Amino acid sequence: MVSPDAIVEVRGVGKTYEGGVEALREVTTAFPWGKLCTLLGPSGCGKTTLLKIIGGLIPPTTGEVWVNGKKVDGPGPERAFVFQDFALLPWASVLRNVAFGLELRGVSKEQRAEVARKQIAEVGLAGFESSYPHQLSGGMRQRVGLARALAVDADIILMDEPFSSVDEQTRRKFQEDLLDLLRHREKTVIFVTHSIEEAAYLSDQIVLLSRRPGTVSRIIPLDIERGRRSPDEIRRDKNYLDTVDEIWRVLKQYVT
Amino acid sequence: MPRTSRVATRRFTWQLASFALVFGCWEIAGRWPVSAAFPPFSQTALAFLRMIADGSLPKAYLSTVQPLFIGVILCGIAGIGFGIGMGLSRAVEWSTLPILIILQAAPMAAIIPMITYIYGIGLTAKVLAVAFLATPVIVMNSYKGIRNTNPSLIQMCRAFLGTRSQEVVKIILPHAGALIFAGLRLGLAMGFIGVVIAELLITPTGVGDLITYHGSVADYPEMFAAVASIILAAAVTIHGLERLERRLFPLEVRGS
Repeated sequence: MVSPDAIVEVRGVGKTYEGGVEALREVTTAFPWGKLCTLLGPSGCGKTTLLKIIGGLIPPTTGEVWVNGKKVDGPGPERAFVFQDFALLPWASVLRNVAFGLELRGVSKEQRAEVARKQIAEVGLAGFESSYPHQLSGGMRQRVGLARALAVDADIILMDEPFSSVDEQTRRKFQEDLLDLLRHREKTVIFVTHSIEEAAYLSDQIVLLSRRPGTVSRIIPLDIERGRRSPDEIRRDKNYLDTVDEIWRVLKQYVT
Repeated sequence: MPRTSRVATRRFTWQLASFALVFGCWEIAGRWPVSAAFPPFSQTALAFLRMIADGSLPKAYLSTVQPLFIGVILCGIAGIGFGIGMGLSRAVEWSTLPILIILQAAPMAAIIPMITYIYGIGLTAKVLAVAFLATPVIVMNSYKGIRNTNPSLIQMCRAFLGTRSQEVVKIILPHAGALIFAGLRLGLAMGFIGVVIAELLITPTGVGDLITYHGSVADYPEMFAAVASIILAAAVTIHGLERLERRLFPLEVRGS
């Protein structure tokens, strides 16, 4: 069932936390290369746990994760993470925050500043290089988080509910910009969200997880022609609307 | 007049007024014929000037600051070191924390005779008295600063391939900086208490000597001037450090 173009494979992953809470059970799925896949499920279903296991930030209790044909036993250079709470250094400027991944890898100061400046401009924050995180709005902070992940030029970007602490209007704009940013890059994105609309709007494929302990409930491929269409056209697309309905029918049974 | 300077002037006026009120009350209370041992503010202030003029006050301070500074600097270095060690290593924490808790709870005045018994009545004993009081708060602040590092920042550092030493140098220490500095400030405040107790209980030297001597010969204005001067010195020093702290670690960019 694992497709040959899968870049990330999750094989029988289970996670039981100390204290006996079972977050995930026997999760097996694959994420195709160059696509944006969403992990969607009811709250507390272990979506974030699964993402962090893929990222190598927490070890699975059972099963394994393979990335690019190699077994994951920790974080790696081919994976970059975008955090729900941004995880920016409050004492560092936007420039240093964006360049932080490169700083940790020992890239020279001039070189990493150059890369960071370019990424800052691409996420639409040009002019804010020397600002500090507390001077930015939530949406802008997450743009910094995204620029930091893009700066290390990883193949896979793991995004943990990146827009959940951002208001609705900022979130919509950010979603549109994200699709724009990814259009010309060959990135594989795994995106955790609890928003059905967000998943349907952004993804090429949705992995629906059941209630805790999370298992794969369903994999929904999306066939929405995005191309040059405007965001509003996508949101009126019949496939988009049908998918939203379908996901809701599945998720409804988990919501009490 | 610009707004900021008008606000500053008004604040200064209020401060002046509050001093005038306190000293005024002191003056009236001192003139109340209740106790001859309580001099009014005016006489105390005059005694203060007399003691500066005859050199006894400056000489006393010269001898008081020695154990104070030696003690605070010694336990500043050792205490911050220990605190950081405790924060980073469970083993150091396990072996040191109980001692600190005992030290923090122990009534100092009861320990001082023991210090005298072992170390005599010289400078060493007074430095130790300062150190006993100042160490716990310095260690505990450093320890808590390290322990309270935002776990999300540590995870971020690991996700971007930071090593453990990069994690300590680039995340944990800058994060704890403000609390460590606050520990030093509180340590100095405790040091003031320690040095005066030592000078009153071990051998009368410095400011402690002035207080004891003038009290014993019923020079109450002089005695009160010495007491007020050490309170003033401590308050001004601690306040100055607090301002420095706010400048070095502005609230917006500190981690904790």
